[in-house]
Amino acid sequence: MSDDTFSQTGTSPKAGFARRTPGSARPKSVAALCLIGCLAAMPMATTALAQTELLNVSYDPTRELYKDINAAFVADWKAKTGETVVVRAAHGGSGSQARTVIDGIPADVVTLGIPSDIDAIARLSKKIAPDWRTKLPNQGLPYTSTVVFLVRKGNPKGVKDWGDLVKPDIKVITPNPKTSAGGRWNFLAAWGYAYEKEGKDADKANAFVGQVYKNVPVLDTGARGSTVTFAQRGLGDVLPTWENEAYLVFDEFGRDKFDVVVPPTSIYAEPPVALVDANVDKKGTRKQAEAYLQFLYSDAAQAIFAKHHYRPLKREAARPEDLAQLPDLKLFKIEDLQGNWDDIQKKNFDNGGLFDQLSKAGR
Amino acid sequence: MAQSLRPRRRFRQPSVIPGFGLTLGYTLTCLGVIVLLPLAALVTRASGLGLSGIWDVATDPRVASALRVSFGVSLLAALTASVFGFLIAWVLTRYTFPGRKIVDAVVDLPFALPTAVAGIALASLYAPNGLVGAQLAKFGIEAAYTPVGIYIAMVFIGLPFAVRTVQPLIVEIDREIEEASATLGATRLHTLVRVVLPPLIPAVLTGFALAFARGVGEYGSIIFIAGNLPYVSEIAPLLIVIKLSEFDYGGACAIATIMLGISFVTLLAINLIQAWSRRRFGYV
Amino acid sequence: MSKAIPHGDIGRPASVVTEGSRVRWLLIGTAIAFLALFLVLPLVTVFVQAFAKGWEAYLAAFTEQDAHAAIRLTLIVAAIAVPFNVVFGIMASWAIAKFEFAGKNLLVTLIDLPFSVSPVVSGLIYVLVFGAQGLIGPWLIEHDIQIIFAVPGIVLATIFVTFPFVARQLIPLMQEQGTAEEEAALTLGASGWHAFRTVTLPNIRWGLLYSVLLCNARAMGEFGAVSVVSGHIRGLTNTLPLHVEILYNEYNFVASFAVASLLAGLALVTLAVKSGLEWRYSADIAAGARGH
Repeated sequence: MSDDTFSQTGTSPKAGFARRTPGSARPKSVAALCLIGCLAAMPMATTALAQTELLNVSYDPTRELYKDINAAFVADWKAKTGETVVVRAAHGGSGSQARTVIDGIPADVVTLGIPSDIDAIARLSKKIAPDWRTKLPNQGLPYTSTVVFLVRKGNPKGVKDWGDLVKPDIKVITPNPKTSAGGRWNFLAAWGYAYEKEGKDADKANAFVGQVYKNVPVLDTGARGSTVTFAQRGLGDVLPTWENEAYLVFDEFGRDKFDVVVPPTSIYAEPPVALVDANVDKKGTRKQAEAYLQFLYSDAAQAIFAKHHYRPLKREAARPEDLAQLPDLKLFKIEDLQGNWDDIQKKNFDNGGLFDQLSKAGR
Repeated sequence: MAQSLRPRRRFRQPSVIPGFGLTLGYTLTCLGVIVLLPLAALVTRASGLGLSGIWDVATDPRVASALRVSFGVSLLAALTASVFGFLIAWVLTRYTFPGRKIVDAVVDLPFALPTAVAGIALASLYAPNGLVGAQLAKFGIEAAYTPVGIYIAMVFIGLPFAVRTVQPLIVEIDREIEEASATLGATRLHTLVRVVLPPLIPAVLTGFALAFARGVGEYGSIIFIAGNLPYVSEIAPLLIVIKLSEFDYGGACAIATIMLGISFVTLLAINLIQAWSRRRFGYV
Repeated sequence: MSKAIPHGDIGRPASVVTEGSRVRWLLIGTAIAFLALFLVLPLVTVFVQAFAKGWEAYLAAFTEQDAHAAIRLTLIVAAIAVPFNVVFGIMASWAIAKFEFAGKNLLVTLIDLPFSVSPVVSGLIYVLVFGAQGLIGPWLIEHDIQIIFAVPGIVLATIFVTFPFVARQLIPLMQEQGTAEEEAALTLGASGWHAFRTVTLPNIRWGLLYSVLLCNARAMGEFGAVSVVSGHIRGLTNTLPLHVEILYNEYNFVASFAVASLLAGLALVTLAVKSGLEWRYSADIAAGARGH
């Protein structure tokens, strides 16, 4: 192969142009660079060992939430035990976060968007006990949420309920249910709505969901991507999204641009938390990690959940003005309609599942 | 030792220059550890599916369509990059105009600009409410979140390859041949098409292949600007990421292997073009 | 403007070997318009967005601890990956350019391979080797060694994507120089290392500098491969490009573009230094080109 056509810099015609200038400063500076690299890497390695660090691998919309929670826990733990812990957080699509745990990220706790992602970690890596749901109160759910609609100010398309999402002139922005937990809750919420409305006819419910996704022009990989597409890039008429995410958009983009529409019924969304047993035992952080998860059920944490528009388990711990922001609506549990989580995941989202069939049929 | 034996076919020609063993050994070790071993792990993992398994993945409609989007749009983008790349290379080497050196420097921008930065910049430019997107929207053209967005991102990253492979050869063209052609009565267009262009074809093809290979694999800049819709604007690298977050390692590896195979074929094609060019024109 | 003459063709009948002036300006205009639309506008956008809310908002993006951690990590990764590739590039180009041996073309093709491998695949392959479910993952876990989702994995993925940069630049340079000068030095009694340092290195040093610049820009800017192996742990495994994405996903667009502008600035410096070198040594370049 010719070498000069492949060169990246376009210097090839000039090859050899420095032929006459002697000098040899390179090897020294290269060696110096190596040295700097090693020196710079060392403190990283040592500080990582010096203190107890917890890693919370979480899903996309909880970035702001866990900033507050982690700070509160660190202060609480310091007051109780005198020990300083550092809580680190990693955020991303729920599915890809679960994947990093399976591939060996040293997570102490996982706080993901949907139970099936934690089931997948338990099944594929055995790092979490299969009965993780029984280890913490309320099936590992310190808070719950639901799906509401974010629409443009004044709701110009008149979106009121799930049935409006299939209208021909409506563009729906929702994330890919394959990669995003929020995307899966949206999918299941639309399905559940249609199932109840059509007299528990699963085929009609499937067809309804297919209609909804025909109105989807952009399928981002995470809930955050969809929000940016809708709010910042101005695409679409309605963004079905986590309740907390809808109110966060209010705070970040201003209430004068959007409205939140609460449909009469929606899904009981369950973002669970679990201890990664194998990792905490290896790192010797079981005590702190368990305390962290217990802390999520404390009054202090519950109030923080409500403040960030999540639905706290203990409503009495939250400030009334935060609770007032969480409207009453009829919530259905998808397990009551579709059976256990293994089935839900398999039937809808696994390879060849309902979503794959619908997108194939819809092209 | 090699010299005293003088076998008909030596592994290497004798030379007084030292360091062959050291440098080649080091090269092969690095290549093995950094590149070949991990790639072998990929192929091994994919071969766990068997050939029929890989074939099933490749022909799965969604995968097939993602591959089609990646390769199809990349072909178009590489074509665009080649045409305009040639034009830019021509203008930069043949004409003097104010700011020529700056224009020349700008060409390398996509080499140096991180793809994620390019992605968010292109997305905010071409979104319906962006600077360019708003103008296009007036003509009913949607750029961002459609295959057009993918195309724009791929042209962006492919352009410097197209320019930089052709440019050195335009510099080296012997102007006297053009003069001769003109003297013999050819029109300028005729001279360009019949005399100037043919020797440049291998370089244009090489630039095309490079831009194509980079476009097919590109991820960072595209996910921000593509709509990522299955069967419409979902690219193959994104599908690998999606397969991974579905914990479908076999599927991810199969798609990756298919793409790897195609990269290798592209590189091979570049090799062949250049070998052909060496025979045909005596240089590359 | 109309005085423009065909490049390097003073005194020759211009009309014969160039296009008419109208065509010329049309072509120049098209080229510049194309570059402006596709390359310059995105770059400008980065800076416009970064300063959309003024200097203070811009600078605020860099006061955050996570931003510091991302900058530090990016520097560390480049400080390891670039020298590694420099050493590899010099070694590989020495072996390939100074000697004739069987299988050389295959070797060169294999060195090129990372160029055309999708960044996502570049990350994936290291997960397959070092991940908990990977080839040697279980062994690593037993010995408490963390490669992916930690600095070593990010460094490895970065080395992979920048692997051919230096070698590819130096091989043609060294090949063009041939072996005569080194042979002469060796005949005069110089050691191999001495010959390399005093004869070869001065000949390739500008090419080397170029490739180091581009290798560095790519190493600091890699997104796809790094995002697969990073794990996105805030303050620990986020590089600058990943930090850009995180800020973007936190609706912190000004900060996101501010950090992006840092990377874009790096790109501009890279191009400026590279072009500066080209202009400064253009006499040498011309001499070199005429020599062939």
